[in-house]
Amino acid sequence: MSSSAEVTSQEYIKHHLTNLSVGEGFWTFHIDTLGWSIFLGLVFLTIFRSVAKKAETGVPGKLQCAVEMIVEFVDDSVKSTFHGKNPVIAPLALTIFVWVLLMNAMDWVPVDLIPKAFELVGVNYMKAVPTTDINMTLALALGVFWLIIYYSIKVKGISGFIKELTTQPFGHWTLYPVNFLLETVTLLARPLSLALRLFGNLYAGELIFILIATVGVFQLPMHFVWAAFHLLVIPLQAFIFMTLTIVYLSLAHEDH
Amino acid sequence: MNVNATFIGEMIAFVVFVIFCMKYVWPPIIGAIEARQATIADGLAASDRAAKDLELAQEKATAQLKDAKAQAAEIVEAAKKRETQIVEEAAAKAQAEKEKILASGHAEIETERNQAKEELRQQVAVLAVAGAEKILERSIDAAAHSDILDKLVAEL
Repeated sequence: MSSSAEVTSQEYIKHHLTNLSVGEGFWTFHIDTLGWSIFLGLVFLTIFRSVAKKAETGVPGKLQCAVEMIVEFVDDSVKSTFHGKNPVIAPLALTIFVWVLLMNAMDWVPVDLIPKAFELVGVNYMKAVPTTDINMTLALALGVFWLIIYYSIKVKGISGFIKELTTQPFGHWTLYPVNFLLETVTLLARPLSLALRLFGNLYAGELIFILIATVGVFQLPMHFVWAAFHLLVIPLQAFIFMTLTIVYLSLAHEDH
Repeated sequence: MNVNATFIGEMIAFVVFVIFCMKYVWPPIIGAIEARQATIADGLAASDRAAKDLELAQEKATAQLKDAKAQAAEIVEAAKKRETQIVEEAAAKAQAEKEKILASGHAEIETERNQAKEELRQQVAVLAVAGAEKILERSIDAAAHSDILDKLVAEL
């Protein structure tokens, strides 16, 4: 807790919500978001790759069991929603689920621990939860969005995709512009809702953690309650992001 | 909270991670899982088959046992029959033998009796002659027959 005499609560919160960044204007890079997300992604890939390399078809070890549980969970989720054949969707869903889960899990790390540690080595700002950065969630959502467009065109052709955007919900040709407007909004709402839902939930969660950190000695039970609540929020948001990705991609594969 | 170039970097990272996961993580793990599932399914099917086989074998064994018992009973029955038959045959044979021996005994006795009779008859003749001689001897009275004797003596 750093609300000492010279730092007000407002300044404290503002400090904790500022990214470590380099660059100017649009070309600003949030070093902390990039660093933590890539670090966590590498943690995910290292663990899973180590299991994949010596994947045992007989009796699996404990780590392999744990990894296989996650893989099977993702595989079941994909199979229950998406019925076509696509080699990308399942690994994509796995990457999203585990990566987002790990990034969300950074929310459990006490809000001062990492920033203080970095302050000791002279780094003044450190926001350790990457999913509280809109850039992070937007990047994931846009990645999914391009795949939606790509598979829509690949499966239905450009004409099929345009037809899908214009000929429904209203069948009459005079209403095609209206249809196009509605469908475009629907299409664009998908990545936007994906990005904003994850960002909003995690940003709000982090904000409350920081707020709780300013209330003095009562923060301990409150932190505990809020962290326990995040036992639900953190996996749930990762799961929702993964499931909606699968749903959107399976919609992109469907011909109307 | 402002959107900036960070998201470009994150998108590149995202794409790289997904491609890596797609190429090097997902296929081996899901392959191992599916291989194991297949092995387990095979094992279960094999154990099912084995259980069915066992049941069949038990049924077969029971049937064979029943057959064997029936056969054994048949054999015992036949043996008993044969036993009585042998006993009967032996009895009949013994009876015949006995009759044969008896018959030959009778014949022998008959011959011996005849022989004895013959001997007796011969001895009776001798005895009769001897008796006759004795009688004859006695009946020669000296007085009565003295003349004869005298004549005899005279003739001497």
